[in-house]
Amino acid sequence: MSNRHEGIKNSGIQILLLFNAFVMLYPLLVMVTSSFKTNVELFSSPFSLPRSFALTNIATVWTDTNFVRYLANSLSVTVASILLILLFGTMAAYAIARYQFRASGLFLMFFISGMTVPLKLAIIPLFIELDRLHLVDNLAGLVLVYVAMGLPSAVFIMTGFLRSLPKELEEAARMDRASELRIMLSIMLPLARPAMVIVAIQNAVPIWNDFFFPLIFISSDNLKTLPQGLTVFMGEFVTNWGVLFTGLTLAALPITLLYVVLSKHFIAGITQGAAK
Amino acid sequence: MRSLWIGLLLAPAVIVMTAFVLFPLLSAFRYAFYEFNGLKPSHFVGLANFRQVLLEHPFSDNTYRALWHNIIVFIALMVFENGTAFLIAFALLKALPGHRIHQVIIFLPVVLSAVIVGFLWKLFLHPLFGLVNNALALVHISGRAWLGDESTALGSIIFANIWSWIGFPTLVLLAGMQRVGKELLEAARLDGAGDFSLLTRIIWPLMAPSVTIVCVLTFIGSFNWFELPYIMSGVDGSPGGSTDVLGLYFYRTAFGSETSGIQNFGQGSALAVLMFIAVAGTTAVALRYLRRREIEV
Repeated sequence: MSNRHEGIKNSGIQILLLFNAFVMLYPLLVMVTSSFKTNVELFSSPFSLPRSFALTNIATVWTDTNFVRYLANSLSVTVASILLILLFGTMAAYAIARYQFRASGLFLMFFISGMTVPLKLAIIPLFIELDRLHLVDNLAGLVLVYVAMGLPSAVFIMTGFLRSLPKELEEAARMDRASELRIMLSIMLPLARPAMVIVAIQNAVPIWNDFFFPLIFISSDNLKTLPQGLTVFMGEFVTNWGVLFTGLTLAALPITLLYVVLSKHFIAGITQGAAK
Repeated sequence: MRSLWIGLLLAPAVIVMTAFVLFPLLSAFRYAFYEFNGLKPSHFVGLANFRQVLLEHPFSDNTYRALWHNIIVFIALMVFENGTAFLIAFALLKALPGHRIHQVIIFLPVVLSAVIVGFLWKLFLHPLFGLVNNALALVHISGRAWLGDESTALGSIIFANIWSWIGFPTLVLLAGMQRVGKELLEAARLDGAGDFSLLTRIIWPLMAPSVTIVCVLTFIGSFNWFELPYIMSGVDGSPGGSTDVLGLYFYRTAFGSETSGIQNFGQGSALAVLMFIAVAGTTAVALRYLRRREIEV
């Protein structure tokens, strides 16, 4: 009896989960199918599959809007920010983790306390400062802000990881008179790759998706990032829904593909990152 | 030589952090006491900015209305988002066939930008052509202008928030549940504990740390609410201010609204400082309480 009872309960759970999966995926499915439809088709048969998978809407987005530009801007801002976060973060973490000096604990505290700061609330002084440095309406300014935001958790994660590496490797190399730079680059850092992946993903998603900082700092259309450019685009094509859905689909595509391939890393990175 | 090397390693990170985190943060507190002339703090005005946003009409009305909406958002997310997340996490804990795919699916919208989510649901909630009203028409329920109606606008944005973000608390809570060892659950089951008492007596107390994290992050998230209402109902919190929240009000005060380009950096800074103190203070008190609860239960 208990077995049958268990079976009924399990199918109940499966039905609940399937329903949930439907609620999560159906809106995205409609977004994708709608992107192949014309207005007439969208409004007359909203639930059906598109009559053709012609690429007219995509062509419109590609050629008649600044979409490609927005995409390229987002990509370069994200890549530049991640590289700098990894570079500066690993350097600082390496100093704190692998050398003993008096102020090392103080530096670690300095970075860790940065994790709790909501930088959005300091947006006014940040704006004034960047304006003085001529970095408003400049992608480099945006990158610097993202690097500052990403560094605290990067230093925290990298320090923890670098500390766990054994001392023997480093000491053997020192006996052989390898320079400190060489020891760092060719012995220690290759071992730190897993931690770097976590840092990269944890920062890439919020930077790629960010809307707030570009909204404040970027005003030229040619410098807008994808989420910000999307607001321009949605305003221009208000009456052409097929094109609107195409824009949303194309904007969602890169990160969705990456997520599907690396879902384990994404989930681990994002849930850990927020739990810090 | 050695200290030069260490200094070189630390310098870039320390400089960037000092210039773009520490300095602006300290300035934010200072600016709240100044009146601004364009981008320059012109003269010290004491607590005038704080008095305006907290006590003077019409600013204070706006502040409290926005604050009230943030509180509604927080309560709604705690009950509906985290409540559902808890149920789904418990369902996933059984590790039935396909549970990994379900985890990947529920987390998918979490990686999408709030801008995409906001626009998608804005289109779906369109009164005439939106997916939601179309679907309701199939079962003969008449739809409405979800985002155009003061009584449903805030709820609609909260719904979009839940749809896009529910995967996050689900997987954090699931991880918390999984930390309760299998052996312990087996042992309790052998002692005749049913699902319900297993949940209330063993899993719930032992997963307390993950509940703490979810509560605190939901609180911080609700008070930082900005992107979704900005996209779905505009910077003025339309219709009729029914979706206005502190994030939008702060943005309008500091950077101008759609109808007026008036920027008031002094008042904006005062709002930012108040929000910072409120959120940080509440979080600290809540953490103390929740941590103590973790030990007791």
